[in-house]
Amino acid sequence: MDSRFTRAKSPVLERALGRPRSELSLAAFALLFSELVQYCQRRVASVAELQARLARLGHHVGLRALDALVARERPGRRETKVLGVLLFVKGPLWRALFGREADKLEQANDDDRTFYVIEREPLVNTFVSVPRENSSLNCAAFAAGLLEAVLGASGFPARVSAHWHKGTTLMIKFDEAVIARDKSLEGR
Amino acid sequence: MSRSPGRKQENNKISRELFVLTYGALVAQLCKDYEKDEDVNTCLDRMGYGIGIRLIDDFLARSGVKKCRSYSETADMIAQVAFKMYLGVTPSVSCTSAAGNEFSLILDKNPLVDFVEELPAERASLCYCNLLCGVIRGALEMVHLAAEVTFLQDRLKGDAVTEIGITFLRKPEDRKHKR
Repeated sequence: MDSRFTRAKSPVLERALGRPRSELSLAAFALLFSELVQYCQRRVASVAELQARLARLGHHVGLRALDALVARERPGRRETKVLGVLLFVKGPLWRALFGREADKLEQANDDDRTFYVIEREPLVNTFVSVPRENSSLNCAAFAAGLLEAVLGASGFPARVSAHWHKGTTLMIKFDEAVIARDKSLEGR
Repeated sequence: MSRSPGRKQENNKISRELFVLTYGALVAQLCKDYEKDEDVNTCLDRMGYGIGIRLIDDFLARSGVKKCRSYSETADMIAQVAFKMYLGVTPSVSCTSAAGNEFSLILDKNPLVDFVEELPAERASLCYCNLLCGVIRGALEMVHLAAEVTFLQDRLKGDAVTEIGITFLRKPEDRKHKR
């Protein structure tokens, strides 16, 4: 602990939180993601476990991406309503991380806890060739984990899973408490 | 000469944060799975190798560079074209041996450690960016240049700069063939 005070401050901490300075090549990310999936695949025994591992990695990314993003996109304000945070996810978050907004945001007809974020071609699946007929593996489980971390850390705990439906659908199921709180906020 | 893919996604750029954070998640997962730093370093190198052998195709296709005629030209190409294309930085190159087969790339800005302040105390000998070494090694091998690539200095470990050393293994014979 002592060395922290005697050593010169790390330049990383001193940097201003400006706009992201540059973009990197998709090929590099695609290959990194492929190695990541291959690494996970070697250590699991089932598709469900593989998706769980990918979700955990996405979780790691989501937690860390959120703070910087909120500070940049919504300075001084916090999303307190479910719809607000979902629109934030669909728009600024997706744009900052994946370069474009998610295609659609829908609510389930019969369940007010469930929402769907739909993308025809998720960025992480750009070079993944697992057609939906062959396997239930959807590498967008990474994006699902990312989204789960973002929602959880924003105060809207939920379960997010990836499905093959209209392209790729991320199904978000909020906790009961979240919906109850949202309803009581509306009542005011 | 640009081919139109006709796909919805024409932009082949991604957010730097996504890439850097994904790499961080990968290293964190490796640290959880392996106890020894050497194992993590080896694993990163191996994964980098897997990436490098395929990245070279993308590099050659997009940069359209001609065949390099000497080791120093190769090292320059890696630093000025490849690093610029994939990481957006340009390390400086210097030749560190009289025989002309050892080079060092000095990175003063390394995007992979954008969010890394320091290594934890129990991971003091972790080469966080070891993936890069594997990538360079794999890519060079696919163009028939055997090389050893290691980190000579690492800012995360307290050195002043981050330095990658490339040692070409074959004898630097005269490669200037008549065309």
